[in-house]
Amino acid sequence: MSASTIKAPPIGARRKPGELGDKIFQWMCVGAGGFVLILLGAIIVTLFLGGLPAFERFGAEFIWGTIWDPVEGQEEFGAGVAILGTVTSSVLAIIFAVPVAFGIAFFLTELSPPWLKRPIGTAIELLAAVPSIIYGMWGLFVVVPFVQMHIQFAFGDQLAAIPLIGFLFQSTNFAGTSLFSASIVLAIMILPFIAATMRDVFDQVPPVYKESAYGLGATRWEVMTGVVIPYTRISVVGGIMLGLGRALGETMAVTFVIGNANRIATSLFDSTTTIASVIAMEFPESLTGSLQQSALFAIGFLLFVISFFVLALSRYLLRPRLK
Amino acid sequence: MNRRSLLALSASALAVPAIIRPSFAQQATITGAGATFPRPLYDRWSAAAREGAGISLNYQSIGSGGGINQIAARTVDFGATDAPLTEAQMAERSLFQFPTVMGSVVLTVNLPGVANHALRLTPEIITEIFFGRLNRWNDPRIVELNRDLRIPNIPVSVGYRADGSGTTWAWTNYLSRISEEWRTGPGFGTSVRWPAGNGARGNEGVSNIVRNTPGAIGYVENAYAVVNRLITTQIRNKAGNFVRPVNESFVAAAGAADWTVPTMAPDTIDLSGPNVWPITVGTYIMLPTNPVADRVEGSRNTMRFFDWAFRNGSQAASSLEYIPLTTATHDLIRSRWAQAIKDPQGRPIWTGAAG
Repeated sequence: MSASTIKAPPIGARRKPGELGDKIFQWMCVGAGGFVLILLGAIIVTLFLGGLPAFERFGAEFIWGTIWDPVEGQEEFGAGVAILGTVTSSVLAIIFAVPVAFGIAFFLTELSPPWLKRPIGTAIELLAAVPSIIYGMWGLFVVVPFVQMHIQFAFGDQLAAIPLIGFLFQSTNFAGTSLFSASIVLAIMILPFIAATMRDVFDQVPPVYKESAYGLGATRWEVMTGVVIPYTRISVVGGIMLGLGRALGETMAVTFVIGNANRIATSLFDSTTTIASVIAMEFPESLTGSLQQSALFAIGFLLFVISFFVLALSRYLLRPRLK
Repeated sequence: MNRRSLLALSASALAVPAIIRPSFAQQATITGAGATFPRPLYDRWSAAAREGAGISLNYQSIGSGGGINQIAARTVDFGATDAPLTEAQMAERSLFQFPTVMGSVVLTVNLPGVANHALRLTPEIITEIFFGRLNRWNDPRIVELNRDLRIPNIPVSVGYRADGSGTTWAWTNYLSRISEEWRTGPGFGTSVRWPAGNGARGNEGVSNIVRNTPGAIGYVENAYAVVNRLITTQIRNKAGNFVRPVNESFVAAAGAADWTVPTMAPDTIDLSGPNVWPITVGTYIMLPTNPVADRVEGSRNTMRFFDWAFRNGSQAASSLEYIPLTTATHDLIRSRWAQAIKDPQGRPIWTGAAG
């Protein structure tokens, strides 16, 4: 394009902001932003209104009631088992995932040769992109038989004989689909989120702090525990919360491997259920306007509330801190 | 390829739709939604009826509950369900239902060394197993019944459908019939409060639990068990005989049911008769009794479709392991159509095969 085709406005006659085009653009952006808020509000309201008949019928007891009986004429619904199953499977997943995620982040930021950082970093991000149904299939065909044959059948009795904690492994459920299998699958699913967050926050530690510690003769482990972790502690917890948020809402992968039984798991190898699995399993067959459908809306609402608080907490902990 | 053959090819590609189009124009399309259990059969009938009756069927297997919801909202021409409606439910939604075929539910087990149709179970043992009170396969009560088999000493694991399903409805109906404790406890429905065991999604999920777990037992549809060569069991029926899950036992059950009841959904569970398989169920089609004017044609075509299928489709049903109904039952259904389903002017929509 030649310079002569550009017509600069004469000095002093520049277009003023606030003309029609700008106004339209501004309102479109406001609309787009507001739309998200309205959408979120509408989802909460829909879930709550859908669940209202169940809340009215069972009151607060709905939250801790353990009976889930959809049979017509004797309907009784309590979300207790599903909530407990959701929380325990997610917390166990965090317990399994965090040490591994820490190892990955430690390796990538401190030990890895520079040429290896990128391939491993990419591999972790790719793990996060695997659809959850794939994890479910893999869980059902690999993890479940492994847990059953090589853990439960192989040395379940020995584990159950351990004093004090033996009851954690004492189970009459031998199908392999269990709380334990679900936690393993969930742990692998949330691993990339936690590992990536940890790596990023470890990288943010100003090099001068670490170099000072090294200068004082500290070992790598001492630098990690004495400088990096105290500096990034809150952000690391935020990353873990992010993983927890994802684990809470995971549906298909968990449904495949948890056993879908509305009973409280007293052992790692017992089957139980989660909120998301109950909804996935029962929603298609529930009749419009039935108490069962209302109860499903109600536990959906409870899941929403739980996830909302976990994610809000993670955002709060991960907020950029001005020093 | 030279230009001429290319031209010829594209000309023929243009011509083919032109030849086919007139026959498409006469096709009537009906839409239905509901039960997953009869889907393979309706698909097969649909393919054959496109030629035979000039009706093409668009069937979405979204589950029985979904089928009831959709036909109650009148968004489809017909709904399909495995769990029949009661008279009150039919009246409330202004629906009429009729059976198409029957299916049966069988028990499948994973016991190393035990062959197909070999293991014998009584209602009492089945109840104990599904209550989770019978924990080992070499329990004396089971060994007593199966002296000719080597029953391994392994734990019993129960598998059930965790998604709401007509199969569960049939199975829990049977359990409620054979056990008073089950009837007053978990009861029956498309999903219930299972006292023991593991839930999985669909027949494939249950058969997967059974296949992967030595000592597992679960209930599946017979069609699924046959196609996948699952190991099934004998069950002692009401007459006290051990019956195998084979065609003769199923047909005996279809003959023993009384289809003349008002709902057209008679009791088909645990019927008496010397060689009746105890767990058979009908699968049902629901039609509005008062279709709105622009749905009348869809209702009529639905009846024409099933009329055609009753006359020509029994062979296909048997080959897919469904149990066809008797000719007398088919005639009964046609006469009920004429009585129950009226257009907005109050005239019957079904006026015989020609209409």
